[in-house]
Amino acid sequence: MSKKENKNESGSAESAGECTAGDTKDDKGLGLGVIFFILAFVICFLSGTLLFPKLLYSKKEQPFNFNHELHVGETGDCESCHAIREDGSFNGIPKLAKCQECHTETPLGETEDEAVFTEMYVAKEKEVPWYVYSRQPDCVFFSHAAHTKTEGMDCVTCHGPIGTSTNLKPYEENRITGYSREIWGQNIWGIKKHSWDRMKMDDCAECHKKETGHQGYCFQCHK
Amino acid sequence: MNKIENKAHKFGMVIDLDKCTGCGSCMVSCMSENNVPFKEDESNKKDSITWMRVYKLTNGKSFPDTEIVYLPRPCQHCGGKGDHGHSPCVSVCPATATDYGYDTGIVSQIYTRCFGCRYCMGACPYHARYFNWWDPKWPEGMEKYLSPDVSPRMRGVVEKCSFCFHRYQAAKDKAYYDGRDDIEEDEYQTACTTACPSGAIVFGDLNNPAHRVHEIVKPDPHPWPNNPNVVGKSRNPNVFRLLERLGTNPKVYYLSEREWVRKAGDNYLDGEWDKIKNHHGSESHG
Repeated sequence: MSKKENKNESGSAESAGECTAGDTKDDKGLGLGVIFFILAFVICFLSGTLLFPKLLYSKKEQPFNFNHELHVGETGDCESCHAIREDGSFNGIPKLAKCQECHTETPLGETEDEAVFTEMYVAKEKEVPWYVYSRQPDCVFFSHAAHTKTEGMDCVTCHGPIGTSTNLKPYEENRITGYSREIWGQNIWGIKKHSWDRMKMDDCAECHKKETGHQGYCFQCHK
Repeated sequence: MNKIENKAHKFGMVIDLDKCTGCGSCMVSCMSENNVPFKEDESNKKDSITWMRVYKLTNGKSFPDTEIVYLPRPCQHCGGKGDHGHSPCVSVCPATATDYGYDTGIVSQIYTRCFGCRYCMGACPYHARYFNWWDPKWPEGMEKYLSPDVSPRMRGVVEKCSFCFHRYQAAKDKAYYDGRDDIEEDEYQTACTTACPSGAIVFGDLNNPAHRVHEIVKPDPHPWPNNPNVVGKSRNPNVFRLLERLGTNPKVYYLSEREWVRKAGDNYLDGEWDKIKNHHGSESHG
């Protein structure tokens, strides 16, 4: 401490006439600090937006591509394949038997995906191990019957315009929770523009509050 | 608001202790229905989890007057003081991991929300709540036999009987599919009710006079004159609830023709029982 003081004293004594020079030096430091702060902010912001999702989510390709637009055109609507069973439960992604109502061992189309499907799955009677984008955590109960049948909601409201897509996007899995990225949404900041952008509990509660006046008791959607 | 939720239910249970043989079918069916993990040493009662537990009571007399009664105890699904939904466990939970469903009268438990402080276990006068000290360990291959309708619990959370709520969800789904407004009495029955070989457990809607549970219990719509916090006291002289005078207002009622059994449902001072035993709801004052 005393050394420092001595230095300062001697320094001030030496630079009695360099007062202005010392001031400009300080300004320079400030300017550098501002530049450093902005640079660091930009780097952190960009890595948070671009790098973090890549760290957080692992990408998995579906077994083969599925053309929703083509199938909706052929079958007419979503319910032809994704239907509510007689007991009120939802069948989700249909089993192979449903596909086989149309698909036989002779390919219906000429695409590579059709060839993979018929060779690997139809011929071998093997279920397709699809990754389900909208798979909710285990503790969630969701009644498709209540929403689509009783209340007449459209599939699009929660699932988005999947019916008009021609390609399946890669399935992204949260490495920490194991849940699909669709739950949090594509936007890493959690900003949503459409009702189908996120599938979090808050999104369910928001709509329930608006439509029914109450966000519901726990057991309405939990099991 | 949804048609089905417009009508508030109040699901409850009455257990005929004179019919109960203590066979334990309700405990077994409950465990398998609700994916309740079993332990290496089930006799270690500090570790084992029994949503439904059968207690053994005796009248304390020596032979030949000894009598034994078995008392199955699920979660009582308390309505709290005045039946306003402030159940002992719900009111102490700092995480809102348990809430009172005003549309069903069922006290929920959300495992993913619970952080394991165990306040609710301390608050529950019926020891109906259990803590997972360990992650469940299923024998190899048994995971495939777990029910997909009940989410399994992890280490560090509290669990308890849910009145097999997933069966209500399934029954409602069916009603939605059929375009019906409401479910039938037999569509929603708990696992223990259906498993009981002597038919000692009756389950249904305490708000619906057509249901058997209502016919047996005849719940009093007025507060009990002795304690206004007690609501829904049975007008059947043989029906009682556990620690009824606390005002927790359980939705599990017990039925017995034997006086010592009814007296065993609460703690009484000397001579208190004789004063109180004939008060059966407001009807006795009518």
